[in-house]
Amino acid sequence: MIFAIDENTGRAEAALVNVSRRRFVQGAGVLVLGWQLPAAFAAAPQAGKADAFTPNAFLSIDAQGRVTVYAKHVEMGQGAYTGLATLVAEELDADWSQVRVEGAPADTARYKNLAMGIQGTGGSTAMANSFQQMREAGAAARAMLVGAAAQAWKVDPATITVRAGVVRHAASGRQAGFGELVAAAARQPVPGKVKLKSPKEFGLIGKSSLRRADSADKVHGRAMFTQDVKLPGMLVAMAAHAPRFGATVASYDASAALAVPGVVAAVAFEGSPHRSAGVAVLARNTWAARTGRDALKVKWDESRAYTEGSADILARYREAASRPGTPAAARGNVEAAFANAATVIEADYEFPYLAHASMEPLNCVVQLGEGQCEIWNGEQFQTMDQKAVAEYLGIAAERVRINQLYAGGSFGRRASPQADYVLEAVAIARAARKAGIEAPVKMVWTREDDMRGGYYRPLYLHRARLALDPKGRLQAWHVRVVGQSLIKGTVFEQGMIKNGIDATSVEGLSDLSYQVPNLSVELHTPDDVPVPVQWYRSVGHTHTAFTAETLIDEAAHAARRDPVALRRELLKGHPRHLAALDQAVRAAGWDRPLAAGRDGARRGRGVAVHESFNTVVAQVVEITVNRDGELKVDRVVCAVACGLAINPDVVKAQMEGGIGFALSMALHGAITLEKGAVVQSNFHDYPLLRINEMPRVEVHIVPSQDAPTGVGEPGVPPLSPALANAIFAATGERVRTLPIKTPLRKAV
Amino acid sequence: MAIQLKINGKPTTLDAPGEMPLLWAVRDLANLTGTKYGCGMALCGACTVHVDGEPVRSCVTPVSTVAGKAVTTIEGVGQDRVGQAVQAAWQELDVVQCGYCQSGQIMSAAALLRSNPRPTDDDIDAAMSGNACRCATYVRIRAAIHHAAQALA
Repeated sequence: MIFAIDENTGRAEAALVNVSRRRFVQGAGVLVLGWQLPAAFAAAPQAGKADAFTPNAFLSIDAQGRVTVYAKHVEMGQGAYTGLATLVAEELDADWSQVRVEGAPADTARYKNLAMGIQGTGGSTAMANSFQQMREAGAAARAMLVGAAAQAWKVDPATITVRAGVVRHAASGRQAGFGELVAAAARQPVPGKVKLKSPKEFGLIGKSSLRRADSADKVHGRAMFTQDVKLPGMLVAMAAHAPRFGATVASYDASAALAVPGVVAAVAFEGSPHRSAGVAVLARNTWAARTGRDALKVKWDESRAYTEGSADILARYREAASRPGTPAAARGNVEAAFANAATVIEADYEFPYLAHASMEPLNCVVQLGEGQCEIWNGEQFQTMDQKAVAEYLGIAAERVRINQLYAGGSFGRRASPQADYVLEAVAIARAARKAGIEAPVKMVWTREDDMRGGYYRPLYLHRARLALDPKGRLQAWHVRVVGQSLIKGTVFEQGMIKNGIDATSVEGLSDLSYQVPNLSVELHTPDDVPVPVQWYRSVGHTHTAFTAETLIDEAAHAARRDPVALRRELLKGHPRHLAALDQAVRAAGWDRPLAAGRDGARRGRGVAVHESFNTVVAQVVEITVNRDGELKVDRVVCAVACGLAINPDVVKAQMEGGIGFALSMALHGAITLEKGAVVQSNFHDYPLLRINEMPRVEVHIVPSQDAPTGVGEPGVPPLSPALANAIFAATGERVRTLPIKTPLRKAV
Repeated sequence: MAIQLKINGKPTTLDAPGEMPLLWAVRDLANLTGTKYGCGMALCGACTVHVDGEPVRSCVTPVSTVAGKAVTTIEGVGQDRVGQAVQAAWQELDVVQCGYCQSGQIMSAAALLRSNPRPTDDDIDAAMSGNACRCATYVRIRAAIHHAAQALA
């Protein structure tokens, strides 16, 4: 699901934007800079520096020839900085070693995501929406450098070549580096049209040898994360948060906290319907803040707090699933098909709440001034946070300046439509300012704060049934989904909830790719569960792919069909699904039997193929289950159809990481509520996948000349169903609840 | 209290309460922010540093216990051959994604290679399973350790 906000109305529109499918090779050549709003070429962050050439908002070149690319997207691990810089450098004909990347400041006019209408990163759109824009930015700069050289050398610009950062005129033997030309280039007119390269001319795009733009800084401990910001006089704030969602501060005693050396103040800060109220301790260093926070005595008013547990929620969801829901997809006559079925497969699927649990716990640095606010943060939704802060403070959005830093993971968490943690930092800074503290404030959450702070992937229940005819042919597919809406109550509601259906609750099921004559997908969206929820890497596909791809496997086994053969048959008309599936099973050796296990260990192999964010990924998972039921995932073979791979090695890394992230979710991930309180608190009870659990991974990219589609999320969805299908192949046990309960049944 | 120690070879005096974890002393007082906070309970390894050459979780190590000792952080690990090889391998194979845990991963990997110059996959799994990576860069961590071992051989 990709969403867009109308610039004029501010309304979100459900735009299943599919810019990516256009074949960019057709008519490649001269392209009009249609996206080029005047503001987009106004000024980059370095504009006004006398010795820098800043042709547009996306890059600047200094007198030493160093190219700085301003990234409108967050770098949270997915490789966006590298990808954006590759696009600019390709058309600029820069040498990769002269290119560096900086986060662009928050600014909708210059830096909006063209698939969203706000500046933000999500829906795996970073490269797709930038593919033309960043190349044009690079090409415009190149044209101006060439123009400057032509003027200086008094030659025809058409006779000038640019290669690896060197501008050359072959006939006269003259050449210059970018740095020598910046002053003259800055006086050149900005071209209205630029000629872009054809794919045959690409020198950087598509090359595996290109190294990541952020590697060196991250490997040497130099990369600046929010956690690392230190401003003159800055205080560290750590807050006591409500133990249950909806609780408020009744009273507090900060005397013990204030006695901790280094603690400067304690302030209560207000909450909102979307955000915990609390009491924050401000101190000169993090340890003092933590010690002070732990010494606070807070009495909470829990009279209006939420007190249900996960088991209560699930029981209510099961009850809801017995009733028809709002139709999300319907074709044929499902009930008639079930009436005539020879075989019916029925099952409930359960998915728990999940915490994003990025390695960098949430944090944010705020400096408030008179009528202004400056923020340092790794932002995933820059201009939504900017707007929320401006509204909260009652100032204009332009008065909220956001300095973009690296995010130590996010997986959707730093893209909060409610701006929850950012507003908490601002609320603390505001409360501190009222108490006479002008210093900048770094709000830091502990791991426990982060784990218990809500904004989870929602808990879902699916009730599914399939009808097969006497020949084993799949006749009907019926799924009821029950779970909270990610969209309701956000700015996206108006555009993304259509006819009572939040598209993110059913994506991956309502748009089922398999040809089934009778289909019904229904949705129940309970509105009486106030647990804060938020998108999580691959969003609705985190659960829908599991049900879809294990159900099709059940249908294959019930019909005694090979799961790959049945998929192929039902995916006619979906060439990218078939290409990915074929490539994965071929590489995995699906047609050859799996090597037998030793010492009575059972082996199994499972497959899944799923489209998300315009990308299709197929995975084959091989496992071993020993006599005691211990599960080991041995190998995952993955094929991805993502159009042209701008940075093939980054695509591979995203598949590898997506597989590990999904395996973590399949084997370990669960947040549970008991009487409204979150049970888990840290990595001992919310374990992450470790290296000893990581399988061998092979990634294959389906060759393509189509425009690029997403890769940050699509590697996640197929893993858990492929794994569950492998477990069935090995043990005959069907997994219908995540995380998978291990050990599995012992061998008999 | 004033605590004297060496950080990355440099004699340093830190004015900190003795119970302050080494992590916060290094980050907030010595201004070396490459060492990261992830859990505060020695569960994730993001805070791994070397004390007299041994890997320790700095988030649960009171700074008083390292008085007089030599602390090496990610900023200094490249001062020796092993650390340098590990950092080079990490770059060569583009291990990092978000990068937040990678200082700890590199410190653990360097310590492993110093005690076991030719580790097997099982050795790597055993030595590195205390370091969590939410981006799951484990395939490349394994490969990079082998790569560094080869470079050092």
